[in-house]
Amino acid sequence: MANVLVCIKRVPDLGGEIRLTADGMGVDDSSLGHTVSPHEEAAVELAIQTAKETGGQATVLTLGSEEAVEQLRNALALGCTGAVLVEADATAYGPADVAAAVADVVRDQEAAGTTYDLVLVGNDASDTGDFQVGIRLSYLLDRPVVAGVSTLGVEGDEVTARAGSPDGGTEVYQVALPAVLTVMEGGVEPRYPSIPGRMKAKKIAIDRVTPTRDPVGSGRRRLTLPPAQPSQVTVLGEGPEAAGAVVDLLESLGVTR
Amino acid sequence: MSVLVLVETDEGGAVEVSRETLAFVRGTEPDVRALIVGEVSPELVDQLGSYGVREVLRADGEAFSSYAAAAWASAVVAAADGMPVVAAAGTPRGNEVLAHVACRLGVAMAANVVAVDGTGPLVVSRQVLGGSALEELPLPDAVAVLTVAGHACEPSTADEPATPTVRDLSVDVPASDLRARVVRTEPGEPDESGSLKSARVVVGAGRGAGSADGFKELVELTELLDGAALGVSRVVTSLGWRPHHEQVGQTGSRVTPDLYVACGISGAIQHWAGMSSSKTILAINTDADAPMVTKAHYAVIGDLHEVVPAINEELRRRAG
Repeated sequence: MANVLVCIKRVPDLGGEIRLTADGMGVDDSSLGHTVSPHEEAAVELAIQTAKETGGQATVLTLGSEEAVEQLRNALALGCTGAVLVEADATAYGPADVAAAVADVVRDQEAAGTTYDLVLVGNDASDTGDFQVGIRLSYLLDRPVVAGVSTLGVEGDEVTARAGSPDGGTEVYQVALPAVLTVMEGGVEPRYPSIPGRMKAKKIAIDRVTPTRDPVGSGRRRLTLPPAQPSQVTVLGEGPEAAGAVVDLLESLGVTR
Repeated sequence: MSVLVLVETDEGGAVEVSRETLAFVRGTEPDVRALIVGEVSPELVDQLGSYGVREVLRADGEAFSSYAAAAWASAVVAAADGMPVVAAAGTPRGNEVLAHVACRLGVAMAANVVAVDGTGPLVVSRQVLGGSALEELPLPDAVAVLTVAGHACEPSTADEPATPTVRDLSVDVPASDLRARVVRTEPGEPDESGSLKSARVVVGAGRGAGSADGFKELVELTELLDGAALGVSRVVTSLGWRPHHEQVGQTGSRVTPDLYVACGISGAIQHWAGMSSSKTILAINTDADAPMVTKAHYAVIGDLHEVVPAINEELRRRAG
């Protein structure tokens, strides 16, 4: 039996353009929907699969405001069996703060009798792109960590994890539990929520936790966007009639055979 | 003051992103030292010298015979002894190892840096939101730990090459560093993302392909062009139309071909992050106002299922 804790983060669902808030400290998400990072969708899927295969529990955790309950409910609808909301202003938290807050939850739950054999996080968040929360968490919990994991299997007290290698192959790790894994998308196809899953998710109580320490913050001074470039596009034509102009371009670039 | 760069290597010597990183840090601090984990050939020493590296530090031995990020971090910490800046390329390895290093040194890490400013404290600009925005971030700790984003600068050699000395590091690798270690490797399937990353032309396809059956003429176009590969947007892999290893974007491959042909791709930030460094972008889209069209160099307004077959036909006709 393997109990899995999977950590997610509510992020704006960006389309083609980004607008910043007036103070330049974040993305203006007032007109945007919200989601979780792609790697975290894969992590949730792996958590649910692992819990089902081993007869354990898959608990989803996020640090954020009340609005982040939307992302917790989505994960519950997919098959997570419990949810923890660490109630905090996520923008005040840097990567080390997030790792410390998650580590506190893991320790507190362990003290209360619930152990997590695996803690899964996304390899990097699609907004802040810090590439370090999972690794920092592993140091705080003194657990081994594997980064960039695409698939995993638990057998006994060991996890076999696969990650992409620099040469395009796969690297296989066998690590004793408990462990921390940072997940990259690509190894599993995240499932879609079912209607009964959504109904069930509404009834699961969300465990609300208040952090015990103040965050240091990320140190961000501000965000900037590259200056908007006026469109320089040359329209070669419309429809199939443009084929001649396209092939002229391909020839001038020297990419035809 | 000196800077340590963790350099990744393959059979061709220092990999391109590591060479970019050497050129990047040399722009701010000329005293560059390189750490190599594994064997160091005379050719590699010469190559590093051409990038201005003054000293090559080598960590080798049983603990490094298969990859363990924590053991590599021990080597970086040993090599960095007193150096105020530790850098690596913003690759999966680079980001992973330097995150370990930051934990050990009790300092911040800045991933995917594109510019540095000031010397005390260092202030960096780093890519966030898939590279579509920059974050200004001071690194006030005693050691600045950072990774350099791919293509933040050209991998240019130094005006004055150096003749690096080579020093063997003695690294104490505790057993706890080897708790997570590669036990075996498996080769990638033929034609996986390796060919995509090195392709001269990438034919990209998005939601406009319409279905899993909508890629025939796009594959045909890759066959008619020289050194071309198919790349797809996240929508396409999420819908199960094409395998994930063909995905281009923030959570897929980052490609820098001479030509990117974006077919039926709207240009969401997730995708743009993976192909915006293409030298020339040609968009084929029904929507003249799609971000991909307005940001492209060239565009054809129309349905890819009508335009691409016509291009293929014209290519065949001219080839005789």
